[in-house]
Amino acid sequence: MENRLEYDYSVAKLFMWSTLLFGIVGMLIGVTIAFQMAFPSWNNWLGEYLTFSRLRPLHTSGVIFGFTFSGIFATWYYVGQRVLKVSLKESPFMMGLAKFHFWTYAVLMTVAVVTLWMGVSTSKEYAELEWPIDLLIVVMWVSWGLSIFGLIGMRREQSLYISVWYYIASFLGIAMLFVFNNMEVPTYFVSGAGAWYHSVSMYAGTNDALVQWWYGHNAVAFGFTVPIVAMIYYFLPKESGQAVYSYKLSLLSFWGLMFVYLWAGGHHLIYSTVPDWMQTMGSVFSVVLILPSWGSAINMLLTMKGEWQQVAANPLIKFMVLASTFYMFSTLEGPIQAIKSVNALAHFTDWIPGHVHDGTLGWVGFMIIAAMFHMVPRMYGKELYSKKLMESQFWIQTIGVVLYFSSMWIAGITQGMMWRATDEFGSLTYSFIDTVTNLFPYYLIRAIGGTLYLTGFLMAVWNIYKTVTSSKAVAESSMQNTTPMGA
Amino acid sequence: MFSWLEKNPFFFAVGVFLVIAFAGLVEILPNFAQASRPVVGTKPYTVLELAGRHVYIKDSCNACHSQLIRPFKAETDRYGSYSLSGEYAYDRPFLWGSKRTGPDLMRVGNYRTTDWHANHMWEPAKTVAGSIMPAYKHMYTNVADIDTAWAEAETVRKVFNVPYNTEIPLQDGTTAVVELKDLAAEKTKALEEAAVIAKDMKRKDIEAIVSEGKIPEIVALIAYLNSLK
Ligand code: HEC
Repeated sequence: MENRLEYDYSVAKLFMWSTLLFGIVGMLIGVTIAFQMAFPSWNNWLGEYLTFSRLRPLHTSGVIFGFTFSGIFATWYYVGQRVLKVSLKESPFMMGLAKFHFWTYAVLMTVAVVTLWMGVSTSKEYAELEWPIDLLIVVMWVSWGLSIFGLIGMRREQSLYISVWYYIASFLGIAMLFVFNNMEVPTYFVSGAGAWYHSVSMYAGTNDALVQWWYGHNAVAFGFTVPIVAMIYYFLPKESGQAVYSYKLSLLSFWGLMFVYLWAGGHHLIYSTVPDWMQTMGSVFSVVLILPSWGSAINMLLTMKGEWQQVAANPLIKFMVLASTFYMFSTLEGPIQAIKSVNALAHFTDWIPGHVHDGTLGWVGFMIIAAMFHMVPRMYGKELYSKKLMESQFWIQTIGVVLYFSSMWIAGITQGMMWRATDEFGSLTYSFIDTVTNLFPYYLIRAIGGTLYLTGFLMAVWNIYKTVTSSKAVAESSMQNTTPMGA
Repeated sequence: MFSWLEKNPFFFAVGVFLVIAFAGLVEILPNFAQASRPVVGTKPYTVLELAGRHVYIKDSCNACHSQLIRPFKAETDRYGSYSLSGEYAYDRPFLWGSKRTGPDLMRVGNYRTTDWHANHMWEPAKTVAGSIMPAYKHMYTNVADIDTAWAEAETVRKVFNVPYNTEIPLQDGTTAVVELKDLAAEKTKALEEAAVIAKDMKRKDIEAIVSEGKIPEIVALIAYLNSLK
């Protein structure tokens, strides 16, 4: 291309480092709480600050809002400029805004970590933060939105590339969900007493649950699905040099996903006190959701048509192809769990975290790692430090994921069966504690799986660190497709 | 139409928003008023119970415990009658949880006692062999925040008309009143209730703290657990 634009990656780089930092911290906490379920004495090493229950919100917030969202923002500041054919350098305002976005994010995440650790929480899953931090989040989110629409306003490429659709949807979706789920009344301002940062939910009981799981389920949609699809639509074709298999299929799966996903939240509330018709809707739409989900995944896999040798040759392609495969797997497993009779068994058991993790480790984690590997050489003008290290990382992490979900399947189904088992007289066979002690081996295997995944992640961080500090320089212009890698 | 939308980001964004907002409107709105009506016998929390609820949230007991009994025989046999929507009318936030690493606690007040909790929370595995629940010893020294609990009660009374100081019909045909006076009076009342619980806990250290005019978190938590019926 003549007249190549000089892109500015300073903000993308900042977000990349926070992706890696939060990845390490979030996953380390995850591994810790996994071991605590096998060895409960680990809970009491640091007074109240190391109990499973204090750490669990830190783990979820760390990997969702820290690792994943940093990854989303990093890729946005990289992909956005490229597909819209504009550079942040062209506008001091947009550059300032992007920096402002990063620093509000950094501040709010620091406050979030500290307060959650102290136990300041609203209790709502993935929305535990109290109202002052919620306000900061709004500021941060709006600055991201301005950045998206600002860059779009400046674009040279008229037609929005598929990835941009997904980033826009992610922005809008999270904005809507977040605002409604975090409606809360600060108690100090009404009563003049107590902690100033405390608040009480606007909704009570069943209503609160409805709003929460409309949020909780769709935060998965707009945090773990939509923006990750945005990534794969850019990075897989780019890395492989293949055109996206079918434009029609991308169109169909995009609008299909937008429409169907939001209805499926009810599957978190099956057999609860929300009205029956909503539970049924949740169930039915969850099954329909297979179509648009598989649409994207198949579109990605078929993009590799005729080029499968690249899967063997290029570890980045391996990560992305396996990510799509785990996405298919996870989006099939989810609907199965949403079928009422299956849900009766699976709900509240370890099968649910099992399902979450084949999606997050296999799909979200792998895709973000692949995106980082693709971006680093281009942002720093260096070849990737070590291909070998990446290959072994791939296998270590894959084994980690398999250990995680297979052990949790067995644990979950065992637990579900034991809870409902009755003897010949119709009375319960097992006391609750039997159902706990029985799971020890599976909890241990899960913790080992998590450790493997974390180990692999540390290898990735090391690889990236070495790339930046001591790899061979390569001109960015020579990095069209396959990322250059050292041995 | 789609290729036109892809060149017009504003309409594209509006389109996406309408499509995603639709489900929420249809699913959530119609049920709102109805689900918030309390069933007979549901009472608002006292200040001490609310303080205990805050401890429950602070230490994320809901990460391992549900408060939702589903309508299956295996569940009602284990935990008591299944949950009704109206029973949660004063639960802000709801605490249904999403994982049952430990048993459901919706009606734990029916079958566990103050002194049982006092032992169990200190060292769960000593009370129930093989338990993987963490020990919560810090609650025996940390002091509960009664001011914030009162602030919340006062807020929900003012903003959401939660019926404090009002006759509430009970299942047996009689009525009950949950009082909510000013902060100072409520603090005194909470301390009196705490003294009773401290005595039942059969722990001298707790009684000593309460007699100094402070309420350890564990006392508030037990008040809350006892209210779960
Ligand atoms: C790591 C998960 C975990 C956390 C966190 C946890 N518990 Fe538990 N809890 C359990 C397990 C497992 C049991 C069953 C074994 C036992 O009785 O100790 C249990 C049992 C109980 C019981 C007895 C219920 C019954 O029916 O016998 C109560 C009460 C209880 N927990 C309260 C709490 C409170 C309050 C908190 C928060 C401060 C809490 N738990 C945090 C796992 C947990």
